[in-house]
Amino acid sequence: MVPVSYYLVLSAVLFGLGVIGFLLKRNLITIFMCIELMLNAVNLAFVAFAHSWEVLSGHIFVFFVIVIAAAEAAVGLAIIIVIFRNRGSLNVERINFLKW
Amino acid sequence: MSADVILFFLFGGLAVLGALSLVLQRHPIHSALSLILVMAALAVLYLLLGAEFIAAIQIIVYAGAIMVLFVFVIMLLNAGEEERTDLSRVTRYLGLPVATALLVETGWLLYRAWPGDVGVVPDRLVGRTGAVGRMLFTEYVLPFELTSVVILIAILGAVVLAKKER
Amino acid sequence: MTDWVTNHPELVIAVVKIALLLFVLLTAIAYVVWFERKVIAHIQARWGPYRVGPHGLLQPLADGLKFLFKEDIVPANLSSRFLYLLAPFLAVSLALLAVAVIPFGPEFEVLGTPTGFWIADINIALLFVLGVTSLTVYSVALAGWSSNSKYPLLGALRSTAQMISYELALTLSVIGVLLLAGSLSLREIVEQQSGRLWGVLPNWYIFPQFVAFICFFISSIAETNRAPFDLAEAETELVAGFHTEYSSMKFAMFFLAEYAHIFTASFLATVLFFGGWRSPFPETPFWQWTQYFPAVAAALLGAYFVLDTFRHAHSALHRGLMTLIGMALLGAGAVLALVPPLLLLVQGPFWFIAKTVAFLFVFVWIRATLPRFRYDQLMAFGWKFLLPLAVLNIIVTSLALVWPVE
Repeated sequence: MVPVSYYLVLSAVLFGLGVIGFLLKRNLITIFMCIELMLNAVNLAFVAFAHSWEVLSGHIFVFFVIVIAAAEAAVGLAIIIVIFRNRGSLNVERINFLKW
Repeated sequence: MSADVILFFLFGGLAVLGALSLVLQRHPIHSALSLILVMAALAVLYLLLGAEFIAAIQIIVYAGAIMVLFVFVIMLLNAGEEERTDLSRVTRYLGLPVATALLVETGWLLYRAWPGDVGVVPDRLVGRTGAVGRMLFTEYVLPFELTSVVILIAILGAVVLAKKER
Repeated sequence: MTDWVTNHPELVIAVVKIALLLFVLLTAIAYVVWFERKVIAHIQARWGPYRVGPHGLLQPLADGLKFLFKEDIVPANLSSRFLYLLAPFLAVSLALLAVAVIPFGPEFEVLGTPTGFWIADINIALLFVLGVTSLTVYSVALAGWSSNSKYPLLGALRSTAQMISYELALTLSVIGVLLLAGSLSLREIVEQQSGRLWGVLPNWYIFPQFVAFICFFISSIAETNRAPFDLAEAETELVAGFHTEYSSMKFAMFFLAEYAHIFTASFLATVLFFGGWRSPFPETPFWQWTQYFPAVAAALLGAYFVLDTFRHAHSALHRGLMTLIGMALLGAGAVLALVPPLLLLVQGPFWFIAKTVAFLFVFVWIRATLPRFRYDQLMAFGWKFLLPLAVLNIIVTSLALVWPVE
């Protein structure tokens, strides 16, 4: 018997690590991957609650989150490729356009 | 210590290790592989929670397609290792407090959670794929069709954005 | 300890099945290389492996020893040594993992415990196999990238792009079968293919889903990087593609993984479209005599070996080996014919293996016959022809299923 709170704690830890990575890392692709980690943590919370309350809408929501994450990854990576092509670097400290 | 608790800690620990590795590694390809490890561990946790369809979708779509996209882009752009620099001011004054706050929240949840009340029992997986499918096509058919439009727009956007200018 | 074993017989049976399947599968993979070389040779009007053992049957053993004794070279400036060493390991483990859910025969009882000719019967078996297939893309991509050299990188990128493109067509072509069977469990799909169609044909999914089968078969040839879709590993194009920088055992692992994928594709084609372990003959008392096919096949093969000993054998070793194998097969045939419970047990796996061997033959036949696709032709074919064809198949199947029949 694993209490729901264990899954929630795991989800919080993963989410927290995602936030830390998002704020600390400098490579654009790694920052994007930390966003995906946060989405995964949220998915885990959804599925844990869906099981605990015996409803299937949690699974449906996770399905949609995964699909939207796929679409977001495609467009985000296309944007990253364009940025790399124009600026020559993936370091976010060098992509501060507003300070021309 | 029943089997499900052991499995939870094993794969939960694996997920946390993968997430730590994602944040601490220098080369983005190693971070990508750590993220795949996290997703695989989460897929096993979904199986423990009886969500067999979501576990399969996680592996096929997330770990098998989205992360392939990431690995492809890392390989194509030949993104090198990160240089070691000092923490910026944003990081020091925003990042670390937020991280500390989240960790404190985690600790509080752990403290509250010790009397295990509402349990999660990995019951026998009883054909949830059919039930999820039925719900997708009856109650949630509108979001389902809208996601197909979203994916179409994403494909168009990716193709248009990444095209080389002539 | 022993009473824990007797209280959990399923675990012991599972371990025994895993060991048996791994042994049989790895030997079969080694011998399918022999089979391929022989068949391609005969198609090209030559003999193929011939001297190493009778009819070249010990060639795989010789190849295995060669791989063991070759020098293991690891290039000096790799992008990542860990990934370089991980890639073949990943390839082999994923390739062997997919076979765990394939049903080779019906269920039976061993020492009072009901079990079946499968290692695991999960109700998302089809999604499991598709998931493992989508993960094999990583072994190719990581192998090419970590080698830090231009031919492997190009080969890996092309191979990865090809695999993810044809993976879509593969998944969509299988949905037609899923609609008809109503279940993702492979055992259930085989169970649904019982009975006769219009009284004379077996009720296999190849007949209603012929288009899907063509789509599936072509996609699986492309997924496994076989000719005519093997641009990524063609010698004249890219040296050896993503496994250029690998030597001895690591190369043998990639080789093994590729042939294991061919096996998985053949197994899936058999299970999904050709009724798995079901016999093509009806199961009425009139056709009872067809149950002796395994015994007759074993006896005929044994007789061929014994009678051929003095025609082709070169040395005493060859003669001895052939006579031994021939007598063993004849004995097996006789035992099967005389012991009815054993004969009934062997029916399922026999028909499964027969259909799989037929598919392997078609894979090898296509390799020997067709020239290679160019890369842009390959991608255009996958995206512009197979994918719309698979989607069309889904639409037509769904309409046919829900069309109101008065």
